[in-house]
Amino acid sequence: MAEEFNHELLCVLSGFGGQGLLFAGKVLANTGLIDGRHVSWMPSYGPEMRGGTANCSVSLSDDAIGSPFITRPTALIAMNQPSVEKFAASVQAGGTIVIDTTLAMDGAAGVQLADDVKVIAFKATEMAEAAGLKGLANIICLGRLWAETHFCTREVLDAALAKCVPAKKQHLLEPNRKALQMGIDLAQ
Amino acid sequence: MADNTQAQERVLMKGNEVLAEAAMRAGCRFFFGYPITPQTELAAYMAKKLPLIGGTFLQAESEIAAINMVYGAAAAGARVMTSSSSPGVSLKGEGVSYMAGADVPGVIVNVERGGPGLGGIQPSQSDYFQATRALGHGDFYMPVLAPSTVQEMADLIYLAFDLADEYRTPAMILADGMIGQMMEPVTLPPERDPKTLPAKPWATSGHKGERAHNVVNSLYLSPEKLEQTNFERFERYAEIKEKHQRQELMFCDDAEIVVVAFGAASRIARTAVRDARAKGIKVGLLRPITLWPFPTKAIDQVIANGAKRFLSVELNMGQMVEDVRLAANGRAEVSFYGRTGGVLPTPEEVLVQIEKLAEDMERGE
Amino acid sequence: MAAPKTPVTLPDYQVERIGSQIAEGETIKSARPHALSDAIFNYCPGCTHGIVNRLVAEVIDELGIEGKTVGIAPVGCSVMAYDFFNCDMIEAAHGRAPAVATGVKRVHPDNVVFAYQGDGDLASIGTAETVHAATRGEKITVIFINNAIYGMTGGQMAPTSLPNQVTQTSPYGRDVSKVGYPVRIAELLSTLDGVAYVERVTCDSRQHIIQAKKAIKKAFQNQIDGIGYSLVEVVATCPTNWGMTPQGAFQWLRENMLPYYPLGVYKDVVADGFANAAEAALERAKDCPIAQQGKEA
Repeated sequence: MAEEFNHELLCVLSGFGGQGLLFAGKVLANTGLIDGRHVSWMPSYGPEMRGGTANCSVSLSDDAIGSPFITRPTALIAMNQPSVEKFAASVQAGGTIVIDTTLAMDGAAGVQLADDVKVIAFKATEMAEAAGLKGLANIICLGRLWAETHFCTREVLDAALAKCVPAKKQHLLEPNRKALQMGIDLAQ
Repeated sequence: MADNTQAQERVLMKGNEVLAEAAMRAGCRFFFGYPITPQTELAAYMAKKLPLIGGTFLQAESEIAAINMVYGAAAAGARVMTSSSSPGVSLKGEGVSYMAGADVPGVIVNVERGGPGLGGIQPSQSDYFQATRALGHGDFYMPVLAPSTVQEMADLIYLAFDLADEYRTPAMILADGMIGQMMEPVTLPPERDPKTLPAKPWATSGHKGERAHNVVNSLYLSPEKLEQTNFERFERYAEIKEKHQRQELMFCDDAEIVVVAFGAASRIARTAVRDARAKGIKVGLLRPITLWPFPTKAIDQVIANGAKRFLSVELNMGQMVEDVRLAANGRAEVSFYGRTGGVLPTPEEVLVQIEKLAEDMERGE
Repeated sequence: MAAPKTPVTLPDYQVERIGSQIAEGETIKSARPHALSDAIFNYCPGCTHGIVNRLVAEVIDELGIEGKTVGIAPVGCSVMAYDFFNCDMIEAAHGRAPAVATGVKRVHPDNVVFAYQGDGDLASIGTAETVHAATRGEKITVIFINNAIYGMTGGQMAPTSLPNQVTQTSPYGRDVSKVGYPVRIAELLSTLDGVAYVERVTCDSRQHIIQAKKAIKKAFQNQIDGIGYSLVEVVATCPTNWGMTPQGAFQWLRENMLPYYPLGVYKDVVADGFANAAEAALERAKDCPIAQQGKEA
């Protein structure tokens, strides 16, 4: 891959519990582990786990990471409307927002964004279901974010995904790969 | 502390799970606890793994029962631990005091949340007083280690077991919801060879007709005897203070302002200090790793290096700041900045405080 | 507080073991068991603790288990029990002896672990630890002294004080309409599946002391045989805090305590034909499919 390697990623992934955002965050975090970078993955925890919103913050950096809670993200994956409302305005200038408009139907409309923030909105959940990849909208979004920001090489991204699919659930690896590719292809 | 023959692979793990894994590698085979957020992953990990290596995980009926099971297992000579979060740790105070009074080693983990009372479940450091001023009644202290990274969760619990055994004392890991819940890359310590664990000839495991009977006890009805045992225990405390103060210093060689912060707060402070340096402010970071003993020698050192002001940054209403003030003992001005209840300060907030101090100093205040 | 006037007479009975301190040719009626240390009891005259301490020590001697026994002393009048026994001993916090015993037993399953507790310790502040150690089926032995009063602190109402019993903190008599009823531990614990054996005994006569010793021995033997949690409740006297002579106290015990706390075996899984508590528990839950899982394995 000849693309520029992005040296710091501060990514918030947010949506409903069950949409797989904590998993997508782990894939992201594992790219940093494989690259030998500083990494932190911080989930929201507590009552939110029980059916409400779920989010995690993933930092990839070449310096030691301060707070693992991200207040000014460079990237956001939002899979429901409350997540857009909660985090979109905090995305740094020049940052990237990926929104699954299946549930976040309004996208970033009405949100006061920082300068040069790129909003990428598409119906990830609908696409996943149409492609027989139910439950993998999270990975489609991750693929789309990677295509935009290149936070690691493609090889590392693939390796991280493989690493995160548990041994007992190897049958899910191929669908995950397809979903990732689908997200990346959306950038074409 | 560990032999390096085993593979040193970096893995991505949650802080709470790392505490459990590293404890087992340190030779801990017994865990007694009670569920509470945000430390539950630790107990869950132990429940899964301990039985596979011949250990015992037991969910006790209460925190009180759990710490007393720890007391019993420790008296019987085992490496043993319990873990909880703030409200549950209060309940353990009784047992910890008995462990101290009976000179029984064991490790207590507190993954702190906000208080008082039921408080909240977000990260906090509001149990600093409780941990460092003796958790429970009576004249005692215990080593308190404060990890600020997931890697330190592994390194410090390993150390906690060794300190506990060496000085026959309970020892505490004072972590918080942030370090407990987050994942970071970690290199786990190698498995401790059980043969290298210290002998415990005082343990109550049956005299087998081979020695006089052992008694593990904290009751001394003679004031003189009780005083004498306390004197002896405090001699051990003096040795711990002399040998085991630990801290990390950053930019402290020429620092006129020194931010003091531990655990989660130190991560935020680190960013703020770096940003302040970039603005040309002569500021450093002193991160206590041992909260008891408090790193007084490091305070002396940074004062000798020219520190004029200390800023204690904590996730509470100002607790460690008292130790900073005691250690500075009038030689430097000490101020405090903190957020509480589970609210975390941003690095920007801390930077503002550092800038204010720098301006004050320029004006000669 | 009325001081007891007449010293209680320990019953005469032969023991097999003769202590080394006995001179040749001397007539032996009752030698000190090896498992009892040389320390002098600090119990009041007429107190039942001394008898029961001795019975426990005799049982340890007879079973030959002193070298692998670990005792847990409580808080209360028998707090100094760690000084009275020659086996390894641990002093526990008030009420926590079953938890401490659990810790020891889990580390050394081959040790014989006993907790020795009074009523305030076992049935008030330590009820949770007691019930849960029992329901977990911890393979430990518990000796429970029920004298219906807090002795060491000077005679306050205990969880086992009888209705209308006058104590320092129930000066008008225990009013059950306000403070409720005494806890009947033997009955309570006998309902728990983890329990192998519960018997209530007393020590007011030679015959009853012999029965008490048999029960204590069985409670230890059950542990050695891995049968399950065993508890012996000893209905006991506290002449000092009851404000009676030792004989008067035994009389009061017979008239008031025993009708409320009837003697007898409350649970004995072996007598019921089971190998251990686990087998009995399985049978009791025979209609519960999930409880039967793994039965064949």
